[in-house]
Amino acid sequence: MRRYFGRKLFTYLITFFVAATIDWLIPRFMPGDPIAVLVTKTNILSPTQAQRMVEYYTQLFGLDKPMPVQYLNFWTSLLHGNLGLSIYGNGTPVIDMIMAAVPYTLALLVPAILLSWWAGNSFGALAARRKWLDNTVLPVGYILTATPYMWLALVLSFLLAFSFRMFPLSGGYGFNLEPTLTWLFFTDLVAHWVLPFLSLFLVMFGGWAIGMRNMIIYELESDYSRYLASLGAPQSLIRKYAFRNAMLPQITGLALQLGVIVAGSLVTEIVFAYPGLGHLVFAAIQNQDYFLLQGIFLFIIIGVLLANFIVDIVYVLVDPRVRVAMRGGTA
Amino acid sequence: MTAMTGTASEKSPSADDAGNVPVPAAKRARGEFLFFTLRSKKFVISVSILLLLAIVAILGPVVDSTDPLAQEMLPMRHPTLDPGNWFGTTYFGEDVFAQFANGLRASFFIGFLGGGLAAIIGMLVGFLAGYRGGWVDEILNMITNIFLVIPTLAVLLVVTSYLQARGVLFEAIFIGGTSWPWAARAIRAQTFSLRSRDFIDLAKLSGRPGWKVIVFEIAPNMSSYLFLTYILLFGGAILIAASLDFIGLGPTGGMSLGLMMFNAVTWAALQLGIWWWFVPPGVGIIAVVGALYVMNVGLDEIFNPKLREM
Repeated sequence: MRRYFGRKLFTYLITFFVAATIDWLIPRFMPGDPIAVLVTKTNILSPTQAQRMVEYYTQLFGLDKPMPVQYLNFWTSLLHGNLGLSIYGNGTPVIDMIMAAVPYTLALLVPAILLSWWAGNSFGALAARRKWLDNTVLPVGYILTATPYMWLALVLSFLLAFSFRMFPLSGGYGFNLEPTLTWLFFTDLVAHWVLPFLSLFLVMFGGWAIGMRNMIIYELESDYSRYLASLGAPQSLIRKYAFRNAMLPQITGLALQLGVIVAGSLVTEIVFAYPGLGHLVFAAIQNQDYFLLQGIFLFIIIGVLLANFIVDIVYVLVDPRVRVAMRGGTA
Repeated sequence: MTAMTGTASEKSPSADDAGNVPVPAAKRARGEFLFFTLRSKKFVISVSILLLLAIVAILGPVVDSTDPLAQEMLPMRHPTLDPGNWFGTTYFGEDVFAQFANGLRASFFIGFLGGGLAAIIGMLVGFLAGYRGGWVDEILNMITNIFLVIPTLAVLLVVTSYLQARGVLFEAIFIGGTSWPWAARAIRAQTFSLRSRDFIDLAKLSGRPGWKVIVFEIAPNMSSYLFLTYILLFGGAILIAASLDFIGLGPTGGMSLGLMMFNAVTWAALQLGIWWWFVPPGVGIIAVVGALYVMNVGLDEIFNPKLREM
C-alpha cells in the first residue's frame, strides 16, 4: 500500500514540477512587456515617474535578476502563496482574484462531474441490451457526447434565457445585487448557476452513458456471465456483477477526461460570462495579463493533480484486485 | 474514452480448415465481412452522414466560391428558402454557408491530420511501453501522465504568442501532439495482454528484432482496435479545435466552425437573436463527431461478433 501510493506521489510531484516550470515560462517568454502594460494602466504622465514605476515593479517581480535566481524565487514565493500582481485587476494580487473565482468554478464542476458520472453510468447500465431503452438512450447519448460544450451552452441560453426568459442570460448574480448572506442573493445565485451547470452536465452525461452501455455489453458477453447464466443465476445478479466490473474502466476514464472537462468548463463560463476561472482566463488572454494566466494555470494543475489522486484512492477502494496485488499476492 | 477489448482475429488463408478449397474460403470470409458491414445500420447511417458532410466540405467552397470573410453592404439576411440564401448572412453581411463549408473543411483536415498524428504517437509510446516493460515502461508512463495533466492551453499560449500567423496545419500538429495520452495508455494495455501469448514468444525465439515483432505480430492482431482508436482521436481533435478557436487561439486568417461561434458570441448574436449564426457550426460538429462515434461502435460490432445484436 505504502509503496503504491509512494510511487504515485512521486509521479505527481514530478508532474507538478514540470508543469509548474512550463507555467513559469509564460510571463517570461511571452512577447511584449507586462511591466510596461502595468505602468501604462496607472496613468502616470511624467516620464521620470513612469521610469521609477518600471524600476519598482521590475524589482518587485524580481525580473532584474538572472534567470536561475528568478526560477528559484518563483518556487519560494509560490510556497508563500505569492503569485504576483494582476494587470487586468489593476494591481490586485493574483491570488485574491483567483480565490474570488475558484468557488464559482468548483460549484459548477464538482456537482456536474459527480452527478453526470452517477446518472450516466446508471442510465447506460440500464439501457444495455434492452431494446427500447437502448434505441432511445444511445442516439441521444451520441449526440450529447459529440456536442461542443460552448455550443450547448449557447443553445441553452438562447432557448431558456433569451427566448423563454426562464433563467438569467449571463453573470454569476444579478447586477443589482451585492454578495450578501441573504435569501434573495442565494436564489439569484442559483438561478444564474442552473444553465452553465446543465450544459456541462448534459455533455458529460452522454459520454458516461455510452461508455457504460458499451462496457456492460462486453461484460454480459464474457465467460463469467455466460457461466453464471448457465448455472441458472437470475439476470439481475449477472447484471450486478457486470456493473461492478464495468465501473472500473469508467473510474479510470474519469481521470483521463479531467483535462477535457476543465477545458469544457472554461468555454462554458465564457459563454455565460460566469465569474469563474474560465472567465478569468479569457479576460487574462484578452488583456495580455500573463501573471494572472500563470496563477490560474497553476491552480488548474493543482486541481487536476488532486482530482487524479482522489481517483487513484477511489480505485483502490473499489477494486479488490489492486488491494491484493499491493499486499504482494496475485489475483 | 471507451475501452474496447477483443482483437479481431484476422482471417488468413492458411487458417482454412478444409485445405482443398483455400481461395473460396478467403473469399467467403471477405464476403461475410462485407455482409455484416452492410447489414450494420449504425455503420451505414454514420458513413452516409460523413460522406454527405465531406462532399459539402470539399465541393461547397468550390461550387459557391463566396469569400467567407467578404462583407456585403446589405442589411443582414435571415435564412430563407431562396436558393443561395439557405443559411442567411451574419451581422456583418458575411455569407454563413460559405463560412460553414470552409469551417467544415478545416474540421475534417484537423481531425484527419491531428487525429492521425495523435494515433502515431500513441502507438509508438503504447507499443514500446507495453512490449518492453520495465524501466522503459516506467519512463513512458511518466511522460504520458505529465501530458495528461499539463494544461495544454498554457503551452499553446506560449507557442501562439510567438507565431503571429498560424495556419490550420499548426493547429492540427499541436492537437496531435497533445491529445495522444489516453490512446497510448489503451494501446499499452492491449500490447501488455498480447505480449505473453505463445505466438509472440515464438516470434521472439526465432530471433526477430523487437520492432519486427511489434509491426508484424502485435499490430496486425489489434489492427481493428487501432483503427477504432484513430476514429475516436479524429472526433476528439475536431472538438478540441472548436474549443481552441472559441477562446481565440485558433488559426489566424482562415475560417473554422469554432471561430464562427466565437464571432457569434463576441458580436452578441445571442442578445440579438441571430440564431442562424451559431446553430450551423454546432450542428456541423455534432454531425461529424457523432457520426464518427457511431461508426466506431458499428465497426466494433462488425469486428467483434460477440457484440452484434441478433
